[in-house]
Amino acid sequence: MATKVVMEALSPTMEEGRLVKWLKNEGDPVKAGDILAEVETDKAVMELVARGDGVLKKRIGKEGDASPVGTLLAVIGAADENIDSIVSGAAPAAAKPAEAQAAAKPAEAQAAAPAAPQEATQSQGEAAAPTPESPAAVATPPAPRPAAAPQAPLPPARSSGFGSVAAPSAAPSDGRRTRSSPLARRIATERGVELSQVQGSGPGGRIIKKDIETAAAAGVSRGAAGKAPKAAEPRLITREGDYQDIPLTLIRKTIARRLSESIGPVPTFYLTAEWDAERASEMRAQLKELGDEYKISFNDILIKAVANALADHPEVNAWWMGDHIRHFNRVHVAMAVAIPEGLITPVIFDADRKSIGQISAEAKQLAGLARARKLTPEQYTGSTFSVSNLGMFGIEHFTAIINPPEAGILAIGGVEPKAVVIDGQVVVRQRMRVTMSCDHRVIDGATGAKFLLAVKRYFENPLLLVI
Amino acid sequence: MASFDVIFIGGGPAGYVGAIRAAQLGMTVAVIEREALGGTCVLWGCIPAKALLESASIAQKVKKAAEFGVNVGETSYDYGVAMKRSRAVSTQNSKGVEFLFKKHKITTIKGTAKLAGKNAVTVKGADGKEEKHDAKKAVVIATGSRVKGLPQAGLELNKTTVLSSDEVLVLEKAPKTMAIVGAGAVGCEFADVFNAFGTQVTLIDVAPNILPLEDTDCSIELTKAFKKRKIDVVVGAKISNVKIGKTSVTMTLDAGGKKTDLEVEQVLVAAGRAPNVEDLGLKENGVQVNERGFIKINEKMETTAKGIYAIGDVAGPPMLAHKGSREGVVLAELLAGQHAHPVNYGNIPNATYCHPEVASIGLTEAQCKEKKLDYKVGRFPFSANGRARTSGETEGFVKIIRDAKYGEILGAHIIGSHATELLHEIAVARENEFTVEEIDLAIHAHPTLSEAVAEACLDSLGRVIHA
Repeated sequence: MATKVVMEALSPTMEEGRLVKWLKNEGDPVKAGDILAEVETDKAVMELVARGDGVLKKRIGKEGDASPVGTLLAVIGAADENIDSIVSGAAPAAAKPAEAQAAAKPAEAQAAAPAAPQEATQSQGEAAAPTPESPAAVATPPAPRPAAAPQAPLPPARSSGFGSVAAPSAAPSDGRRTRSSPLARRIATERGVELSQVQGSGPGGRIIKKDIETAAAAGVSRGAAGKAPKAAEPRLITREGDYQDIPLTLIRKTIARRLSESIGPVPTFYLTAEWDAERASEMRAQLKELGDEYKISFNDILIKAVANALADHPEVNAWWMGDHIRHFNRVHVAMAVAIPEGLITPVIFDADRKSIGQISAEAKQLAGLARARKLTPEQYTGSTFSVSNLGMFGIEHFTAIINPPEAGILAIGGVEPKAVVIDGQVVVRQRMRVTMSCDHRVIDGATGAKFLLAVKRYFENPLLLVI
Repeated sequence: MASFDVIFIGGGPAGYVGAIRAAQLGMTVAVIEREALGGTCVLWGCIPAKALLESASIAQKVKKAAEFGVNVGETSYDYGVAMKRSRAVSTQNSKGVEFLFKKHKITTIKGTAKLAGKNAVTVKGADGKEEKHDAKKAVVIATGSRVKGLPQAGLELNKTTVLSSDEVLVLEKAPKTMAIVGAGAVGCEFADVFNAFGTQVTLIDVAPNILPLEDTDCSIELTKAFKKRKIDVVVGAKISNVKIGKTSVTMTLDAGGKKTDLEVEQVLVAAGRAPNVEDLGLKENGVQVNERGFIKINEKMETTAKGIYAIGDVAGPPMLAHKGSREGVVLAELLAGQHAHPVNYGNIPNATYCHPEVASIGLTEAQCKEKKLDYKVGRFPFSANGRARTSGETEGFVKIIRDAKYGEILGAHIIGSHATELLHEIAVARENEFTVEEIDLAIHAHPTLSEAVAEACLDSLGRVIHA
């Protein structure tokens, strides 16, 4: 089976490329991944690699010629294979759009792939090795190595009709305006379709009515892509200046889209760790001895630890806004409180700037108001991160569900004595298991792990929380 | 024996426009034509008919000249002179195509073509000699259509008393009486012409309205205008008892439960056209036709035989010059490997050049009802338009049908002076998915007939200003 070598979209904005130099001759044996030629894109000179094994049967593209993405440049086949039909079929454009689309895929996969693994490597270098179930493992399952990603068999063209044949151009790159017709915009607004999520099939990639209808049918609504903007509106009590809006990079968009497609509106992964609560227990005990007014809970210490860590890691103290990510400069931690009717999440505003004592008092008061159902909306909206604790119910370990548009929630299990090995000795220590649920559109595996390490550091050394 | 990239069979508006576009894109092109260049449109349709209609228009205007303070004295009308002028215009246009071919180095081959395999065509010249020509990329059938008469109604064309539009276009004088069978665009236009030249015209159609494909409101408005000019309009009519004599034709019309006998000097059969598919060697070359005799094509204008394409009338209705031309352009671009914007069959304008003119695009109100669309209608009469009043052409209106929710322009129907020119604002709007609001937002010059288009859009929004 012969493999076509086509001009690939080697950069997201690339519409055509110039074949600079062939690096293989006709008749050369090639393996998938071998560099066949150098191609100059709109950004740089890149390598065009083989997508199949065999012999480079025929070079069709000429050195120095520019050709649109999708153009047939060469054919790889078995040494004795007849490829005349493929070569003669090169001229009519009939098959091209499909090829262009297919060619765009590996580039996309490439964009998505490096994200998690690379960061994971970094974090391994910087800090303690992540637990096996954390960062890399829960990140994007495909593409073990960035270089290998493009060789993976191409997925068949999506049946939803995204980016129909008429649209050769890739999705508009970051910073470029999305082109759309007035009618398309109107229907998109009405049906809650995010234009940035839609690939246009009109002239020059313009989004037209048909594209919105296709997208709406495929569920690319704001709701499906993340409930962010809609859910966010009533919660916008933070002032401008309290946050920075981070435009979505292409890789971030790709991660967001691909993961949402895979797992649902909020592509969640989980990071679990077990922390030592010995010092926190000691601190509680000492404070309790000083009198009832100094009594604090593990939860209070945790909220403070989380808040301080969030202040250090704004990338986790963030909201998914659909078309961008919002990093907050202020830390508002919500705590889940069980009430007979269900669940409510009152907020401790600016928790990083409050003492554990203040947090403790506020938490008690808020929990009381919650149970009495007297919370005002201002008291339970506007959080930037959430904490859920089921330790008091004897739960050792659980996962919590993200409260959109927030990007994470920390689930806290009970503090229990456990046998652990410290300095080669089996000793009994107070231990606590936590699991953080992360929205992968905002938080990558390593990012979440780094944040958890920061919380751990504060929690295991609670003196840091009082200086 | 010569070799080309593309050979077009037929030099009408589909073939000649496709040929020019193909030449622009660097292909070597030949056009085989047995008559003069320009096809039915230039030689026996659009162009000569519009030249005659211009004569009719002047005849109408002269009748009203005194009202405008212009006394032209005694007037007389000479169809023969009008006809000769129309032939001159036609010839001039045909020469224009010849010039364009020279400019684009397109080879014209005189003769009758026959398919000879997917890459070749044989041409039989006037001298009976046959020559074979190669087409490396494509053979394009653009042989058009022809008048076919209504033998099933007893109206066999005989070139003296039962005529087709071909013969009517070269009549030396207008008959005293004429029955026009078929009240589509051709029938209505000739009714207009002969009425202006003093013929007593009976316009007959089996459909319940003249211009049966247009919005019923336009048909009714045109019927009123025709009746005012003493054109006898007989619709819902069955023709029987046809007797064709040497100098007259008699028939019985059965309409509305009433039978009337009609005797006329000449009958113009303005219904029925047949695709020119004979003697092309379609069957031998694997080119299939559909049940109505048109060549089967797909959206890339490919026939059922590889390397053979079909465009224009021969490839199916609507049999309009501009539809064929667009197919020619798109095909040429596809053959050149471009991502051509596909032919938008839902946005092809219809134009009838009688007085008042009738033009339309998109859906009629009846079609909207049939599709159960939620729509709103906006109307604006030319009697309320300043520019129309100044020229004394206050017949007719603009009717806009828009989607109730999104404002999409579902259809536009204009009857009135210059309707065929006014329509293109809507054609551009629809092609770009502008809604009625964008039409209104564009400032329309005052006083112009175009204001009526904007006002009709406003009327559909319940905001009409001048009515």
